Amino acid sequence: MIPEIGHFALILALCVAVVQGVLPIYGAMVGNSALMAVAKPAARAQFLLVVIAFCCLGYAFADKDFSVLYVASTSNSQLPLHYRLAAIWGAHEGSLLLWTLILTVWMFAVTLFSAHLPETMRSRILGVMGLVSLGFLLFMLTVSNPFERLIPAAPEGRDLNPLLQDPGMVIHPPMLYMGYVGFSVAFAFAIAALLGGNLDAAWARWSRPWTTVAWCFLTVGIAMGSGWAYYELGWGGWWFWDPVENASFMPWLAGTALVHSLAVTDKRGGFKVWTVLLAIMAFSLSLLGTFLVRSGVLTSVHAFATDPKRGLFILAFLAIVIGGSLALYAWRAPRVGLGGSFAMMSREGMLLANNVLLVAAMGSVLLGTLYPLFLDALDLGKISVGPPYFDAVFVPLMVPALFLMGIGPLAQWKKAEVPDLAKRLRWAFGVSVVTALVLPFVLGAWTPLLSLGLLMAVWIVTTAVIGLRERLAHVGGKSLLEQVSLVPRSYWGMLVAHCGIAVFVVGVTMVKGFETEKDVRMNVGETATIGDYTFRFDGAQDVVGPNYTAARGAFRVSLDGRETTTLYPEKRRYAAQNQVMTEAAIDPGLLRDLYVSLGEPLDEGAWSVRLYHKPFVDWIWGGCFIMALGGVIAISDRRYRLAWRKQEPTVQPSAGTARRKVA
Amino acid sequence: MNRFLLPLSIFIVVVGFLGVGLKLNPREIPSPLVGKAAPDFSQPHLADPEQVFAPADLKGKVWLLNFWASWCSGCKTEHPVLMELAKSGEVPIYGMDYKDQRDEALTWLRRWGNPYPVVGVDEAGRVGINYGVYGVPETYVIDKQGMIRYKQIGPLDSETVANKIIPLVKQLESQ
Repeated sequence: MIPEIGHFALILALCVAVVQGVLPIYGAMVGNSALMAVAKPAARAQFLLVVIAFCCLGYAFADKDFSVLYVASTSNSQLPLHYRLAAIWGAHEGSLLLWTLILTVWMFAVTLFSAHLPETMRSRILGVMGLVSLGFLLFMLTVSNPFERLIPAAPEGRDLNPLLQDPGMVIHPPMLYMGYVGFSVAFAFAIAALLGGNLDAAWARWSRPWTTVAWCFLTVGIAMGSGWAYYELGWGGWWFWDPVENASFMPWLAGTALVHSLAVTDKRGGFKVWTVLLAIMAFSLSLLGTFLVRSGVLTSVHAFATDPKRGLFILAFLAIVIGGSLALYAWRAPRVGLGGSFAMMSREGMLLANNVLLVAAMGSVLLGTLYPLFLDALDLGKISVGPPYFDAVFVPLMVPALFLMGIGPLAQWKKAEVPDLAKRLRWAFGVSVVTALVLPFVLGAWTPLLSLGLLMAVWIVTTAVIGLRERLAHVGGKSLLEQVSLVPRSYWGMLVAHCGIAVFVVGVTMVKGFETEKDVRMNVGETATIGDYTFRFDGAQDVVGPNYTAARGAFRVSLDGRETTTLYPEKRRYAAQNQVMTEAAIDPGLLRDLYVSLGEPLDEGAWSVRLYHKPFVDWIWGGCFIMALGGVIAISDRRYRLAWRKQEPTVQPSAGTARRKVA
Repeated sequence: MNRFLLPLSIFIVVVGFLGVGLKLNPREIPSPLVGKAAPDFSQPHLADPEQVFAPADLKGKVWLLNFWASWCSGCKTEHPVLMELAKSGEVPIYGMDYKDQRDEALTWLRRWGNPYPVVGVDEAGRVGINYGVYGVPETYVIDKQGMIRYKQIGPLDSETVANKIIPLVKQLESQ
């Protein structure tokens, strides 16, 4: 009964989505406010209905209702409750439901925080989102219904893929989807603006916080996925350039470009057409990512649900949504105008260059991801594109982008003077170069890449310090505390996010430069040394978990003869799917991770064991979280809070003059 | 051309490729070993470790070599197809028990049926490495001269057996 309620709620939501997608947009076109007023209640009703559907599916999982096909195929009576609930998004159908739920959450948020928007704008935005939601609901109800019954009921469920039975996996998909789907708001804003033909600075100001929030979620989501791969797949890698990872990375690159482009449109009224295109691109890439993951056109270590019929549906959906919006763009954008002019050597110029580099990087990831498919489709053979390609194209594109990241915030709008910039930046440059040349020697190995990575990281931090000092001097408060509080939060947010990049770069550079690994056969009582650490293998014991049995090894780790910790890696065999999983044991630290994973059991209690010493690896994810934190600080800026309160964005005189002076 | 049309044009090309891509199977990977001599091995029998299973014994016959394991769920999926094929008598299927435990493999065969005249044991996965096994199940068609003629990655289904394996076996038999 409960699953039928869920199913019925989805059908109702579909009907509401039709209404929401058609009436308000038509109303905005003909200027009928009664029709436009439908948007808000429709969006809220849809949210409520999808929440009901989601709860029904959650109930079916909690209740172990194996007469629901999806529940039977992704859970098991032995599976603990929290994983049973996480299994809602453990496979295709439920992931879609989660996607739709999050889309309606964003819609609901738009209805709450759009009081300051003109009625036509709001109804167009909600209408566009309703159409997107219509596509997803239709997809679920036609070819991937999570409520499909299995009659007679299965006596036992097939269990959740053991790879996904992990706390990181519980939270990673919702975060990622919040990001993916969050770009639908920026997308809807862009389409609404194209429909209405009014792309002004106000439009950019409205879409900025939404885009930043989505970007924060996506950043955290990608970082968590990468962290999950690091400790769950047992190879100690953190990024594999796998198609599914690329699918989440491409919207991130486009979204990052969008965040910066919106800043220019907001502050200077420039880049309008470009910003609209990026908004369309970011969401299109999110949809493309769904297509790539769900349709089975590409193989991937992650591909857990593939079905060509579904692929065809998503492709048609993609063609309509992306093709339609790009056609609208081609039709309306020429009228929008390009905004104010600027010299190449200016803050706009540098942001544009950065944008182009980010989009080029996105394009090269897209090409690398789809290249095997292109060749195969043209019958030119089967190839796979791996990390060497991505490393080779990505690093040269990112280095100038990181370099510009240091200068951009210090350059003046419209036109900047090179000698002036050079003078202000000479300290940062000197410190960066000296550090890059000397530090690798101190650390014990000088390689060009190591030096380059450190150069970039130090450059970003030192230029941020210079920027902050100038800013503090300009705001003109009496005490340091007052100066700090006068600097707008959006500026702090930018600094923090940029420093997050620096932390990330340090992590990547140090891991690539100094990680060591060992594949050894270890007998009980034997020791192996890696880095400065000595590992003693104390043998493996059998342990029993709720839905698995495992061999758990014990490794005593000592540094200079002093015991520091004991690590317990496991090799688990999950009963229902008879699948073997490696559960690595990690001793995390600010400056290094120690990572042990069990390979295969050998004779007489010996095991093949993989040991890793990974310096600074946690900085990779730390950097991502700092970036996201920067985003959070930026959206807490005063002017947005004022906008929420439906007031004109007025600023205090002192802060206002300060901004004019610096800007 | 209108530069505002450029994104749309690129997108249309991508959609075209994605559409074609839907019809292709990315799991179909050509093996460099196809057309080459099947790597030699001599492995103990699963049923009787005293006896040795070697491809040389099968010279002059067309046969299938199927890598499987009791821990592999794809092997369970493919198993009824193998049983059917074995019953039809079209071609003998020799098994290679890959990285498995003997008692579990024997139990598995007792429970689900044994389509193989002989099963070799590849406990360390050495034979698998020589054959370039990506993962189990994998099936090789080997001709009278001991050459690999076809490689199937992943479970066999009855369609592949009827449309690819059996015609190929018939053709190789007649040579």
